[in-house]
Amino acid sequence: METAANRLIRTTVRARATPALHDLKPKLQVRGLNFFYGAYQALRNITLDIPEHKVTAFIGPSGCGKSTLLRTFNRMYSLYPEQRAEGEVVIDGQNLLARDRDVSLIRARIGMVFQKPTPFPMSIYDNISFGVRLYERLSKREMDDRVEQALTRAGLWQEVRSKLDQSGTSLSGGQQQRLCIARCIAIQPEVLLLDEPCSALDPISTARIEELIHQLKSDYTVVIVTHNMQQAARVSDFTAYMYLGELIEYGATDSIFIKPQRKETEDYITGRFG
Amino acid sequence: MNAIYRARKRTNVILLTISGLAVLFGLFWLAWILGTLFYEGGHALVRATLYYQMTPPPGADGGLANAIVGSALLITVGTLLGTPIGILAGTYLAEFGKRNRLANATRFLNDVLLAAPSIVIGLFVYSIYVAQVRHFSGWAGALALALIVIPVVVRTTDDMLKLVPNSLREATAALGCPAWKMILFVTYRAARTGIVTGVLLAVARVSGETAPLLFTALNNQFWSVNLNAPMSNLPTVIFQFAMSPYQDWHRLAWGGAALITLTVLALNIVARSLFRRTD
Repeated sequence: METAANRLIRTTVRARATPALHDLKPKLQVRGLNFFYGAYQALRNITLDIPEHKVTAFIGPSGCGKSTLLRTFNRMYSLYPEQRAEGEVVIDGQNLLARDRDVSLIRARIGMVFQKPTPFPMSIYDNISFGVRLYERLSKREMDDRVEQALTRAGLWQEVRSKLDQSGTSLSGGQQQRLCIARCIAIQPEVLLLDEPCSALDPISTARIEELIHQLKSDYTVVIVTHNMQQAARVSDFTAYMYLGELIEYGATDSIFIKPQRKETEDYITGRFG
Repeated sequence: MNAIYRARKRTNVILLTISGLAVLFGLFWLAWILGTLFYEGGHALVRATLYYQMTPPPGADGGLANAIVGSALLITVGTLLGTPIGILAGTYLAEFGKRNRLANATRFLNDVLLAAPSIVIGLFVYSIYVAQVRHFSGWAGALALALIVIPVVVRTTDDMLKLVPNSLREATAALGCPAWKMILFVTYRAARTGIVTGVLLAVARVSGETAPLLFTALNNQFWSVNLNAPMSNLPTVIFQFAMSPYQDWHRLAWGGAALITLTVLALNIVARSLFRRTD
């Protein structure tokens, strides 16, 4: 029997021809990844490829490890001494998890946007230029261009062009989140990690962000964690379903939502569980 | 209206009355103290001689100029010495040593220092500094005040930095920002008003300290801005003049007390309005 939610999801999966996963160039290759919070194992032997210039979504019930997986890609866990990862996450032939890798350089290539908008307590302009200054020494004019470019790309320029010197915290939630995306793309990363970027936003802001994600994938590899299955269906090309720290099923979004191979996946996306 | 709801209403009325009375009780003493202070000190406060004449010998006319300047100097130097140490230590506690043993021990000792009677601080500086160089001095006074400033600033810096949401730190780190830059440009900025308020409260606190200055800066009847010599200051002058049998000295002491109170009040208002602006 098909639930209403399920019907909605199936109709939101738009008809599109997605090439098979193995035909695409992988940007990130996860190999045998285990992750531990102290003694608790949060990820179990995860292996998957994130294709370049595509949107990949991680879905699954709370605590399934989808955010944890995302946070290994930019070594966020290195901030916390009690957390550790085993295995490999390879970008362009290099293992990100190697102990001697420079974490800052990884994060310059792999940007992240968080669940709650996190504007810095400084002007809108400085919110963008702060990250850029970490890596580049630009003239005033170049920086102005870069700020405008990033804000335009994030669909925020028209709304803030006249108030760049105002505090970033004065913006609305949706605007703040787009500011965070602009801040992230201003340093020209290759991969964008979005950790439930819309869960604190209203439907209109959510729609704007989703639209933005569509536009961004031409230049960036996007990985998004979401609680919202319709969102995964709307924005992603590939979807990974995770449960209890394991990768249950991974494939083209259409096939995951329309004809999942595994019973567990079907139960989750049809709302019988989760 | 059922019985439970009535009981709830009754409890509410009783508790509201009790807490209202407690507020009135507290305000009553405060109003009394302030009223007496300005009633007795008001005349001295509005006389211009208070601000440009030196502390007089008994029977002569005079002001508190040397004590005002001395106090300003001691408080400024004390704050300048104590604030950087306090902020750095607070930063260590909140940003680096969240849970380790050194941080916990530091936090505990800092709380002890925060609660230490200020006369102990005065005696401490007396024994390690004044007794060694064999004379009282402004430096010793400033040092004693700095030792009172430090724990206050450590505590508020630690608390205020802890209020900065961790998501902000993660977001900064996610840009590949090194920790020192994150602290300097993001977390300090987010906690800025709180930290400044802490410093202002520390200044307010040391403004009225008498005991630590009695053993260190002592007092000076004459104009002196030499930190290497005994230095006049408002609290000890108030102490000395108030204990004397002379009427004019009493008046000056009241004037000095009112002056300190007004200054501390002004500082608190500044601190509060700073807080409000960011909320």
